Amino acid sequence: MMGFDNQEESHLYASPAEMETLLLDDPSPSVATVGGGGNAHFSDPLSSSSSLPFAEISTDDYDYPPSSSPQSNFHPPNPNPNPNPNSASSFHSILEPPSYAEAVFRSFDKDQINGHDHTSLEQPSSSPRSEYIRISVSDPQKELELSNSLVPGSNTYHTYLITTRTNLKEFGGSEFSVRRRFREVVSLSDRLSESYRGFFIPVRPDKSVVESKVMQEGEFVEYRREALEKYLRRLAAHPVIKRSEEFRVFLQVEGKVFGGIGGSREVAVVQQTVGGKGGGGRDLLWMFKKLKQSVSYDWGGTKPLVVEEDKEFMERKDKLQEFELQLSSVSQQAESLVKAQQDIGETMGELGLAFVKLTKFETEEALYDSQRVRAADMKMVATAAVKASRLYRELNAQTVKHLAKLHDYLGVMLAVNNAFTDRSNALLTVQTLLSELLSLNSRIDKLEVASSKIFGGDRKRILKIEELKETIRVTEDAKSCAEREYEQIKDNNKNELERLDKERHNDFMSMLKGFVVNQAGYAEKMANVWEMVAEETSGYSKEGS
Amino acid sequence: MITQQRSLSGSSQSPRSPSAQPFLSVSVTDPAKMGNGVQAYISYKVITKTNLPEYQGPEKIVIRRYTDFVWLRDRLFERYRGIFIPPLPEKNTVEKFRFSAEFIEMRRQALDIFVNRIASHHELQQSEDLRTFLQADEQTMERARSQETGIFKKKPTDLMQIFKEVQSKVSDVVLGKEKPVEECNPEYEKLKHYIFELEDHLAEAQKHAYRLVKRHRELGQSLSDFGKAVNLLGACEGNALGKVFSELGAKSEMLSIKLQKEAHHLLMNFEEPLKDYVRAVQSIKATIAERANAFRQQCELAETIKLKEIDLDRLRVTRSEKLPEAERDYEVLKADGEEATRRFETIVKLMNEEIVRFQEQKTTDMGVAFHEFAKGQARLANGIADAWRSLLPKLEACSSS
Repeated sequence: MMGFDNQEESHLYASPAEMETLLLDDPSPSVATVGGGGNAHFSDPLSSSSSLPFAEISTDDYDYPPSSSPQSNFHPPNPNPNPNPNSASSFHSILEPPSYAEAVFRSFDKDQINGHDHTSLEQPSSSPRSEYIRISVSDPQKELELSNSLVPGSNTYHTYLITTRTNLKEFGGSEFSVRRRFREVVSLSDRLSESYRGFFIPVRPDKSVVESKVMQEGEFVEYRREALEKYLRRLAAHPVIKRSEEFRVFLQVEGKVFGGIGGSREVAVVQQTVGGKGGGGRDLLWMFKKLKQSVSYDWGGTKPLVVEEDKEFMERKDKLQEFELQLSSVSQQAESLVKAQQDIGETMGELGLAFVKLTKFETEEALYDSQRVRAADMKMVATAAVKASRLYRELNAQTVKHLAKLHDYLGVMLAVNNAFTDRSNALLTVQTLLSELLSLNSRIDKLEVASSKIFGGDRKRILKIEELKETIRVTEDAKSCAEREYEQIKDNNKNELERLDKERHNDFMSMLKGFVVNQAGYAEKMANVWEMVAEETSGYSKEGS
Repeated sequence: MITQQRSLSGSSQSPRSPSAQPFLSVSVTDPAKMGNGVQAYISYKVITKTNLPEYQGPEKIVIRRYTDFVWLRDRLFERYRGIFIPPLPEKNTVEKFRFSAEFIEMRRQALDIFVNRIASHHELQQSEDLRTFLQADEQTMERARSQETGIFKKKPTDLMQIFKEVQSKVSDVVLGKEKPVEECNPEYEKLKHYIFELEDHLAEAQKHAYRLVKRHRELGQSLSDFGKAVNLLGACEGNALGKVFSELGAKSEMLSIKLQKEAHHLLMNFEEPLKDYVRAVQSIKATIAERANAFRQQCELAETIKLKEIDLDRLRVTRSEKLPEAERDYEVLKADGEEATRRFETIVKLMNEEIVRFQEQKTTDMGVAFHEFAKGQARLANGIADAWRSLLPKLEACSSS
């Protein structure tokens, strides 16, 4: 279902057609025998029905097979023993690593099903391994905006079919679909942000107004479809969010539940179904907003500094900022690396083609035996170059997949920043209310002093004092609420940070592993290709070399 | 003394053994920058080891510069028409690269190959100009060089010019000149066509080879940058994961160096031979032009002779007093005609031999180049595979902890 692979292909390669149609006879025998462990998947990279042996390894498995042991993901399932990485001669490695490498590719890809990698670490006991939720976004359709169109027929939008398969209890069903438009996704995202403050909620796809104008419609729709799918899968991978009402309603309930531009009816529906999970008392939301506004007026528009007292938290925050910085840099360099790999592959291919043409030319015009010999040599080199070029192409497709994790984590950092902002805002609210209380109390004190000076009491002032005391009670309630809210958010932050650390560790480990295995595997294949040519031409080597 | 092609040049026989096979071995080494500013140039040491009697002793070292090599090539081209004179590396006029280490090394290698090819060619190795080049002191060399730059001498160094003459038939017709006479030899036509097309194909292959060198460098650079960034990320992480990142970073940087090395190897051992092949083909085109010239001369003289014969007959009939002079002129013309024919036929014969030699030599040269290319790529790929695989046990250890 990941339309990934073929798209990657076409973007990466200028003239795949030219390459595919090359009739290069003699697929190298050593390539065919390499999968010593009896791998049926190891197809000759030259075959013109170019089924890429790795990129095509299915990510379409719906069933998530429970692994037999936590270690099994990284060991080859085939009978070959784990290859000794220190094997003396690289020639002997022909027999093992490609199959090893291929096997690891398979298990790596299987892990991708649920949207994030389940690695060899144990799952928390709260989510039994047999749980799954799989979402796909498909079938974009154009629809007409029915209302508010000044010019009839001008306002169109796209809807996407969102299909969910799951066995989670909350859903009470195993397979269902809804149609949603992007606006509803925005709405979902907003709701989640409100209800799950302090959580690292995956960030929704951009509105991409510029792209929507610049790209071709078909291209943009596909771009958006993919983005939506990624987003929903990420939500489904979050242990808390995936069980949220908002999410369930979005996936399951037909109709414009998330529609519209803030119609109060829709808000009410959502409100009824949503409990408070760190969202505080909903009734006071209005109160908070008001207070915030009033506070900022009273203070002349400058927000008081939020004093974060939790040292440990501050340290972690700083570390995460540093991490984010370095991550960006690695992400950029990864992109350059991918580009460089693509370029070398292309040039190698062009070189191969040039030699193919030369070979044809020499063969046709050959008058001397020496020409025929040369043409045969050239053909060998041309074939090898074309093979190597295809290997680079595959290597790159895989590299992109592995290093995509880096980009994903940049998105995670956005979510983290949002969660930290929730926290500061909550703290700000508490502190604001505290100072509000202080100021109210001091006003009461002043009034009491003033009123006591008047004989018989000052009716006006006494009334005022009563008013203020009432306000204090409300404010006290609000403050307690805000404090609870703040504590809850702090707690959410803490749990999420732990989850992040663990998942990050696992994700990066598997990313690195995938990357390294990928590089090693393809390098070995390329070595095989060239070693053969070197052998065949060894007769020409200079004396003593 | 019959000197065999293969036993010369490159063999390392001691000059002391008196019963040794005759040999002539040359090497061009030690490029050194001389002079300053605009006048600056590179000089090379040319070391000759030989046991041939025509040479002054078993070993001789002289200092030569690029223009000396050009002189040698021009002299040989003049003297040995029909033979494919080995090509020279181009004159590089881009100031920035003139003294780059890479350019100097590429040129040195090409000059070394140039002289060695001459030394191992059965005809060319006997040339007196070669001996001058290999042995004369600097003053003699300079004198010889300056003699060649007289304005009266046509410089055949501008091969493009000559080549253009060969292809200017169309413009001649357009301008109303007579269509220049061409051989009607279908085999030779095929050869010419082959040579011209071959140049195009080779040039394209060489272009891609050069780009491939660049790509290796670029990949090396981006691996290095990637490695550095990964290192910094690792420092952020701390703990086991951080260590793994650092190892990855270190490996990346190490591989980057391997890539740069391979890029250089590819340049010197694959791209340069291809470029040399292109130059060789261009040199053949110059010989083709020479042959066309010789043919034209022969035809023109034949025409003139015929006309002269008619003229003579007329003079005989009229018993003119100009007859004896005319008869003398006729004799001279006939001698010239024979000379021209002889020259042309020599060229044809030599070319036929040369083509065979050229094809064989090129098969060997390209065979070596392909071997080096494949060896280099295999070496690089194995290095990459080993480096990454050595990382795996550490990754395993980390992920299971």
